[in-house]
Amino acid sequence: MSSQPLGDVLDSSDQRRAGATGKVSLTLKIRRYNPELRGEESWWDEFTIEAFPNDRLLDALHEVKWRHDGTLALRRSCAHGICGSDAMMVNGKNRLACKVLVRDLVPRVTVEPIRGLPVLKDLYVDMEPFFAGYRSVLPYLINEEGEPNTERVQSPEERHRFDDTTKCILCACCTTSCPIFWGDEEYVGPAAIVNAHRFIYDSRDRAADERLKILSEKTGVFRCRTTFNCTEACPRGIEVTKAIQDVKRSILFDRF
Amino acid sequence: MTVTHTYDSVIVGAGGAGMRAAIEAADRGRTAVISKLYPTRSHTGTAQGGVCAALANVEEDSPEWHAFDTVKGGDYLVDQSAAQLMCEEAIDAIYELEHWGLPFNRTPDGKIDQRRFGGHTRNHGEAPVKRACYAADRTGHMILQTLYQQCVKRGIRFFNEFYVLDLLMSEGRTAGVVAYELATGELHVFRAKAVLFATGGFGRMFRVSSNAHTLTGDGPSVVFRRGLPLEDMEFFQFHPTGVYGMGILLSEAVRGEGGILLNSEGERFMERYAPTVKDLAPRDLVSRAIFQEVREGRGIGPHKDGVYLDVRHLPRDVIEEKLPDVTEFARIYLNVEPTTEPVPIQPTAHYAMGGIPTDVDGRVVVGPDETPVPGLYAAGECACVSVHGANRLGTNSLLDIVVFGRRGGRHMAEFATEAHLPDLPERPEGFVTEMLGAMLERAEGANAADIRTDLQDQMYDLAFVVRTEESLRKMQEVLGGLRERFDHVLVQDKGKMYNTDLMEVVELGFLLDCADALVAAALARDESRGGHYREDHPLRDDEHWLKHSLAYREDDGGIRLEYKDVKLGPYVPMERKY
Repeated sequence: MSSQPLGDVLDSSDQRRAGATGKVSLTLKIRRYNPELRGEESWWDEFTIEAFPNDRLLDALHEVKWRHDGTLALRRSCAHGICGSDAMMVNGKNRLACKVLVRDLVPRVTVEPIRGLPVLKDLYVDMEPFFAGYRSVLPYLINEEGEPNTERVQSPEERHRFDDTTKCILCACCTTSCPIFWGDEEYVGPAAIVNAHRFIYDSRDRAADERLKILSEKTGVFRCRTTFNCTEACPRGIEVTKAIQDVKRSILFDRF
Repeated sequence: MTVTHTYDSVIVGAGGAGMRAAIEAADRGRTAVISKLYPTRSHTGTAQGGVCAALANVEEDSPEWHAFDTVKGGDYLVDQSAAQLMCEEAIDAIYELEHWGLPFNRTPDGKIDQRRFGGHTRNHGEAPVKRACYAADRTGHMILQTLYQQCVKRGIRFFNEFYVLDLLMSEGRTAGVVAYELATGELHVFRAKAVLFATGGFGRMFRVSSNAHTLTGDGPSVVFRRGLPLEDMEFFQFHPTGVYGMGILLSEAVRGEGGILLNSEGERFMERYAPTVKDLAPRDLVSRAIFQEVREGRGIGPHKDGVYLDVRHLPRDVIEEKLPDVTEFARIYLNVEPTTEPVPIQPTAHYAMGGIPTDVDGRVVVGPDETPVPGLYAAGECACVSVHGANRLGTNSLLDIVVFGRRGGRHMAEFATEAHLPDLPERPEGFVTEMLGAMLERAEGANAADIRTDLQDQMYDLAFVVRTEESLRKMQEVLGGLRERFDHVLVQDKGKMYNTDLMEVVELGFLLDCADALVAAALARDESRGGHYREDHPLRDDEHWLKHSLAYREDDGGIRLEYKDVKLGPYVPMERKY
């Protein structure tokens, strides 16, 4: 296979990276909250740091925390968009801080905690209401028919039916971008519906009716006003609004 | 104020191994899972390519072939009976995950699909075999989600964002752990009859790493400080394909699906290093081959220290459907379009083969005689069974966590039903109170980030893919200096609520402990085997070194090493060619 010189393709990508070696200046305006230091009032802080264009916003926040203000509190772990820890509002939109690059933010970025969940300290919010919504939709496979000695058979087409919603990392970007969720803490929210969808359309599951009943209640899918904020916010590219529409349609036409 | 809780079984860590153990233990007794992260944030979720089991769904295969590959891949430092057991139990473990709903990719006739992976071969090395069961390139994510779903179903009790900082022993056995609650800064004593550590790895001691920021060796360090040994710490896996400059993992599945490595001349250089399996050679060999290409001036990138991973020749649908996440990483983090451009990569610190020594039931065992510590267990990356020997094969970590998570969880719960609850030692939280107090009271001192950066830079320069006596001696000196600075480290945040500044300093201390053990064991081992490559001793030396190392922390702060035999079996050590 290709033993010819790689040519222009490589030169261009090398140049692109070589051009990314100089540091740039980024100002971060961060919404702060720390009841131990300042009581119940939140405030804004600004920090200007030097970063590489290909650094993540998370790296820039670390620079602030590690070199400027150690009290800055944020969740993070894997730093490449899989663990779902570092959801925050970046220039007004919900993003994972590890999937936004400095080059797309310079010279200035505003960072706030995700909305609709109680803020605990700086970018830490109380995730418990979010996970309560998740737990309410029976987010596990239910099938009491007895297990075969090997795998259950599922065709590639059946498997594909719920592929999109298996990508969910429970980061809460979708749910906390939803205006209905901001106004109504009883609404289970998009992420819970995504996780219900993942089982409702799994050919191996037998509890779709139960989940559809849960989601047909007043805390369920009919709260959705189809604003598509959730779809735009999802860092995994899940078509969240479409998943919610699938569930609405099943409730209206398939089951009841 | 310290709060005391009492359980039969306490599991520390909520990744794949911890949750698999919890499912087992919770069915048998009062069980709590303590985790510094929300369970779904655990690093199991980032595993991409697959989990191997000889299901033979796509082509002929057998657990015995899988065991052979595991032993050979581990450069014969594997305990062979443990590897055989893992490869046999693999099949049921995969079916169990499927029955719990894991959305594996499927064959046209609806079975679990399987694909190739590095070092996994047909009939003892004849050719690559399709053994890895997978869910696109997010297999670890689906395992983590599936296990969490099962925990939710069972109503398992989690203490999330609690950091376990000490192990309690009394009457010669395990009595519980001490944990720090991040939300409040309060200490909690968990009394328990049995404790299982499943805290993952410690790759954050290296500058280029695929590991999460939170992978800081907490469990190994906590037991090490209590005088228990760490096994085979010198064996760390450097995965060949990390995102250039960042270390984010690009799965071996890319090569499993047909991706190839190219040097700056566009040459498929693995043909020279592993003529039979080429790009699908085990990770240690491929990482060393990359190092050699770089050294001979055929590297790429701003520092000429990487090579390319090329998938341009693969069908578009394979790239988009089977490798979507990997493709996205290249696009986001490198601004490279993998369908038309080769992707710059370099080796990245990925996986600790070593860790807390255990038997196949997860029991922590001490010394050459493998004396169990009653009530103490470990599983997953923080443990060393040893099924990975000197080099783990791709996919075998996901297998390890489900097989040995289950065995450890079951054994600990059965132990707990028989055992009585030991008394707590006096002032059980004393050690942690004093450690945190000393860190918090300092008004000025060294910057923790500077110490951590120096540790990571120096470990990358001196104890990475290629090591020498000289580099390791230098690293020992560096560690001595870092330790002195750490003794005067400053914690800027003096608060009680969500004090991650304080916990990051504690984690840095854990990393320093693990680095001490790693470097001491690497310096002593003057041979090359698996992930441990000594340029000054480039050959494997079975006569002197076919043995596991055990590192102990001495009272004076030094490291003492002792050794125990490898459990050999049917596979006689031979030269490792692919």
